[in-house]
Amino acid sequence: MSDVLAITESRRGALRDVSYEMITAGRELADELGGELHLAVINGDVDAFAEDLNRTGVDAIHTVDAGEEFNHDVYTQAITQLYEHLSPTALLMPNSVNGLDYAPAVAGGLDLPLVTDVVGFDADGGLEVTREQYGGKVETTYAIDHDAYALTVRPAEWPQAGGDGDAAIEAFDADIDEDAVRSTVNGFEEVGAGDVDISEADVLVSVGRGIEEEENIPLVQALADALGATLSSSRPIVDNGWLPKNRQVGQSGKVVTPDVYIAIGISGAVQHVAGMKGADTIIAINTDPNAPIYDLADYGIVDDLFEVVPELIEEFGGEAPEL
Amino acid sequence: MKILVTVKEVAEVEDEFDIDGLDIDSRYLDYDLNEWDDYAIEAAVQISESADDVEVVTATIGPERSEETIRMALAKGADRALRVWDDDLEAAEYLDVNTKADLLAAVVEEEDPDLVLTGVQSADDSYGGTGVALAERIGFEWAAVVNNLDLDADAGVASVRRELEGGVEELTDVELPAVLTIQTGINEPRYASLRGIRQAQRKPLDVQSLGDLGLDASALETPIERTSMYEPESESDATIWEGSAEDTAGELAAFLREKGVVEG
Ligand SMILES: Cc1cc2nc3c(=O)[nH]c(=O)nc-3n(C[C@H](O)[C@H](O)[C@H](O)COP(=O)(O)OP(=O)(O)OC[C@H]3O[C@@H](n4cnc5c(N)ncnc54)[C@H](O)[C@@H]3O)c2cc1C
Repeated sequence: MSDVLAITESRRGALRDVSYEMITAGRELADELGGELHLAVINGDVDAFAEDLNRTGVDAIHTVDAGEEFNHDVYTQAITQLYEHLSPTALLMPNSVNGLDYAPAVAGGLDLPLVTDVVGFDADGGLEVTREQYGGKVETTYAIDHDAYALTVRPAEWPQAGGDGDAAIEAFDADIDEDAVRSTVNGFEEVGAGDVDISEADVLVSVGRGIEEEENIPLVQALADALGATLSSSRPIVDNGWLPKNRQVGQSGKVVTPDVYIAIGISGAVQHVAGMKGADTIIAINTDPNAPIYDLADYGIVDDLFEVVPELIEEFGGEAPEL
Repeated sequence: MKILVTVKEVAEVEDEFDIDGLDIDSRYLDYDLNEWDDYAIEAAVQISESADDVEVVTATIGPERSEETIRMALAKGADRALRVWDDDLEAAEYLDVNTKADLLAAVVEEEDPDLVLTGVQSADDSYGGTGVALAERIGFEWAAVVNNLDLDADAGVASVRRELEGGVEELTDVELPAVLTIQTGINEPRYASLRGIRQAQRKPLDVQSLGDLGLDASALETPIERTSMYEPESESDATIWEGSAEDTAGELAAFLREKGVVEG
């Protein structure tokens, strides 16, 4: 049998979207391999989660009642034991922050080759997977010549599964060695609150590393002012302390859905795109015609922001600051 | 206490490039210190500055060219560096996560650090797996995507914040020895001072072969093989406004007016 075991994910009492994506991705791979799709649900209210995850295409769901919240030491042991119990061909895990916290350990412990952040697979005669490299400027394919393998799949790359399923739901009794649990999750904290909620804005002027210096931030602020828009940014701007955390758009920042998103000097890294791809109209200003942001943009200007932005400010009767 | 920081030289691609076989033609690649590793180095150096008897050692798998990057880490305050390379590595087509973890595990065996810091991912391959795979190999505890670190070496605990999705941080205590993968923004990486750069020239940078680490070429065998590289077919149906900055700004302005974003 060439089965797929896909791991789902929950946090603070709710399944995360990536769990439903794991079903779609897992089903696709299972079909290519000609096997079954098994899901694992490892913490939280596993029975309720299993009911919810019982969607079209799932053959079996294994619940492991192992604590309220994610703990990688517990996860690693539970997945390893379930894997050994089922012997699937493919172990599929989300390339989420928590996925990155256990997948390499599980794969290493099981001696499985690992490819992370996979965006496509093709199992026609041996497995070949697709991923991105160099910040999304190129795609690469990898052949895995092994009888079993571990993959992490990119969140939001596969649609979420729907429909009612008739999977067998079974409790799996993992034998957790408490001595091997050497980390303790003490709680969670929300960060990035503040005066401005960029997720409420209709128009966002968003600035990235192309702005080069903190001294140049007033230039994009002036554009935002001229447009009556809100200023947001990619992560490096926040990392540098040039704008507060509540302005960050992306996977670890805010998800925004404005009518218009103007990305200025932003390359369009996957973690940034995760936060803004739902914008109605996306406009990019970037010197690099190959920047991944152009795959998403509706309109673009391939030019130096320091040339274009002052002109724009003037168009709207504003005044570009002296840099 | 000894802190080992893994340091990678990453390739950055010029705006225009060609692919040659299975990689981008090297003419279009520039090399730099991996952004995430820069933050890991800073975290280690800050610890060494706040306590006595902390040694910071960097470890790199890379060719001679990467010494430029390694010197940067030394100039920022690392005490010495170790670079793993030999003809077998030069000839290897592809190093997967498990292979890199094996090589670094051999370095850990030799150096016996109390703490290992790595970047969350490398900017070119974006695998994001080496740190945690290494922890598994060497039996260390670990934490991935750490954006705050409070080390209590005496108690043997690292209290960390892991940056999850959507502005949520997880507060976790990790037993030492541990591997932590460091996220950008955890600190403000310093620039290498001129004095630091001068001093870096005199700091030890030791090159070790697979044999020196007690390994041989079989450590490089992997079932994973890169089979192709290509520019993705653009899914873009973007309208690109062309002309002078004045022209393109005019087009965008007209569009925004039409859309009602701005009046008049
Ligand atoms: C776990 C994790 C979570 C992350 N979360 C987030 C997140 O929430 N949000 C986020 O944004 N990132 C996040 N990142 C970081 C992400 O991977 C990228 O590093 C980041 O998005 C890059 O930001 P950027 O586009 O501003 O910079 P770069 O990628 O450096 O792009 C700068 C762009 O500016 C262009 N440019 C340069 N000069 C000019 C000029 N004069 N005129 C016009 N264009 C110019 C360049 O061509 C380039 O395309 C995360 C990473 C990880 C690993």
